[in-house]
Amino acid sequence: MATEILMPALSPTMTEGKLSRWLKSVGDMVRAGDVIAEIETDKATMEVEAVDEGVLSAILVPEGAEGVAVNTPIAVLGEGATASAAPRAAAPVAPAPVAVAAPVAAAPVAEKAWRASAPLTVREALRDAMAAEMRANGDVFLIGEEVAQYQGAYKVSQGLLDEFGARRVIDSPITEHGFTGMAVGAAMNGLRPIVEFMTFNFAMQAIDQIINSAAKTLYMSGGQMGCPIVFRGPNGAASRVGAQHSQCYASWYAHCPGLKVVAPWSSADAKGLLRSAIRDPNPIIFLENEILYGQTFDCPTDPDFTLPIGKAKIEREGTDVTLVAFSIMVGVALKAADALAEQGISAEVINLRTLRPLDIDTVVASVKKTSRVVTLEEGWPFAGIGAEINMQIVESCFDWLDAPPGRVHGLDVPLPYAANLEKLALPQPDWVVAAVRKLF
Amino acid sequence: MAQAAETRKRGKTRLTNEPEGLDRDHLLRAYRDMLLIRRFEEKAGQLYGMGLIGGFCHLYIGQEAVVVGIQMALGEGDQIITSYRDHGHMLATGMEARGVMAELTGRSGGYSRGKGGSMHMFSKERNFFGGHGIVGAQVSLGTGLAFSNAYRSTDRVCVTYFGDGASNQGQVFESFNLAALLKLPCIYVIENNKYGMGTSVERSTASHDLSKNGAPWGIASLQVDGMDVDAVKHAADAAVAHCRAGKGPFLLEMKTYRYRGHSMSDPGRYRSREEIQKMRSERDCIEGARHRLETLGMDEAEIKRIDEDVKRIVQDAADFAQTSPEPDAAELWTDILVEG
Repeated sequence: MATEILMPALSPTMTEGKLSRWLKSVGDMVRAGDVIAEIETDKATMEVEAVDEGVLSAILVPEGAEGVAVNTPIAVLGEGATASAAPRAAAPVAPAPVAVAAPVAAAPVAEKAWRASAPLTVREALRDAMAAEMRANGDVFLIGEEVAQYQGAYKVSQGLLDEFGARRVIDSPITEHGFTGMAVGAAMNGLRPIVEFMTFNFAMQAIDQIINSAAKTLYMSGGQMGCPIVFRGPNGAASRVGAQHSQCYASWYAHCPGLKVVAPWSSADAKGLLRSAIRDPNPIIFLENEILYGQTFDCPTDPDFTLPIGKAKIEREGTDVTLVAFSIMVGVALKAADALAEQGISAEVINLRTLRPLDIDTVVASVKKTSRVVTLEEGWPFAGIGAEINMQIVESCFDWLDAPPGRVHGLDVPLPYAANLEKLALPQPDWVVAAVRKLF
Repeated sequence: MAQAAETRKRGKTRLTNEPEGLDRDHLLRAYRDMLLIRRFEEKAGQLYGMGLIGGFCHLYIGQEAVVVGIQMALGEGDQIITSYRDHGHMLATGMEARGVMAELTGRSGGYSRGKGGSMHMFSKERNFFGGHGIVGAQVSLGTGLAFSNAYRSTDRVCVTYFGDGASNQGQVFESFNLAALLKLPCIYVIENNKYGMGTSVERSTASHDLSKNGAPWGIASLQVDGMDVDAVKHAADAAVAHCRAGKGPFLLEMKTYRYRGHSMSDPGRYRSREEIQKMRSERDCIEGARHRLETLGMDEAEIKRIDEDVKRIVQDAADFAQTSPEPDAAELWTDILVEG
């Protein structure tokens, strides 16, 4: 049976090529793997290997021919061919364009009222959340640098080694790329790791595993393999630790589908959201803040207390302008709201709590009420969280705006060490007041 | 004959307590599994040439003895993870040729319903954890699969495959340290096919004995003739026994060879055609197994039946991969997050 040899595609982008040379002649015996011709593509000159065996009975495209389309028959293998004839590829048919819309976010669920509360530091809230979930589920474990014997570089994991032992509270060597990948692998097999980064600055060593392995595997596997894991640790500036230890990664991670990104401010946020994060079947980036660790807030005492991921909270109601903030900037926004109140401007303060999925409904509802908005973030402005939120506001409620959306952000510089310079680079309440006043 | 003599010469890859070799039934199974991978990959190359497979497509032709020999040493529940040159690994674990080929053509019948492609396929059922496109990333992930076995106190092992190219990645050494430190049941398999893309081991790696790469952490290792399925199986037996006994990780360097380019668009200027021809004619794992079957008295008709059976499976897979429908447009938005 005769087999046609077709002009092969030799690269992902090749549609045609030049048949520069035949290395076999009519009548030659060809074995699988033999080089039969040379083809010039847009990238390189490549050798064409025979796939089938047989005698070359005809050459259909002479050497030197240019612009030979992929799948054009270029030769015929005659008697002796052992493999079946390659079926001709059907002419490519462009798929009919189908409008596909992103799924619409579910309607917001009213937040449950948690009755009794007591003062608690953010640090204790995080520790209590981990302890509660570790008690509830034996698959949950904590791994990170200095989390066990040292009790946590920032004392967040204090007491956990004593309660849960070295099997579940694991001191890692300083090897972010390796232990992050290891934890992701453990999660792919159904364990529920909590990975503590001493700070998120060091997670850059491991960002490939976070994005390429943790965030994409569910999709790439057609839903077969998920990755239930929490990556947590302090994010953003601390106090005079210099440029390499003072960066906000909110927009980096919030950019990526396949992740949820949470940024708590208060003790209640920290406890309620971390418990939900540990229970969540998806990879979660949990951005804490070192300066907040020691701050005390009232936190619900109910042993079942959790907060839903993906739901913002209105921390202060107002009528004239909406301030949208997350993490430590919620405190800055509240101070600015106090100052604005003294000037007769009523500011509504939204604590986003979660950056992805973003609770844009709460933001838009507020902006429709106030008609003015200023976003706050510690990170850099370019492609930042403020840029995204303001764009979504423009898309959703442009006609309700009485002034262009404003944003307050860290200056577009690596964070300096000197006390005065550092202060000049990070958003202060008076920056917010000034940004709001420009809207009136 | 030349091949048999050649494999015997490399005696250092063999273990002292090694039995005579695979028996007839095991050798027959190995022959069949290797041939299935070879024919599957040839067909994949053909479909790529016809434009039915897109993007990157890395063929495993030449290296078949490695996955087949190792798989024969494993048991139910052991995990496998590898890089982007993964079609052979999937077939070796028992994944269906149809589902693998249909993923290559980007169809809904593929293992990832067309959303993964050649480099990203998985099977929870067969404990195959991918299919990873970032060189070296699977080594840390495999270490984590082994961690999950240790955490759950099972005696399962994870086989973590990577190439000579990946062996220089920092996270590979980080993983060695973690696995040795935590005594994880991880078998690291370096498939040393002599070239990381177009760069030879000599040009990329200061140490030329990759089996010693785990030595600083005390990781036990063997250098193995990866073109001899028999040698591979016996080395894997030793590695599996070591890991199951709780002695920590094991490193196998498989000296192997790929006949085809790194991917489909490889001009192949970094090695001579004679070098490839020499490996094919003198060291081929499938020819070697066939020769041994003949010396064990297997009649030609029986071998021919296997050949025909394999050919039928591959043709069926190719047909399925071309008739299975493309994924529905709604698939764009599924599997991004686990709901609920």
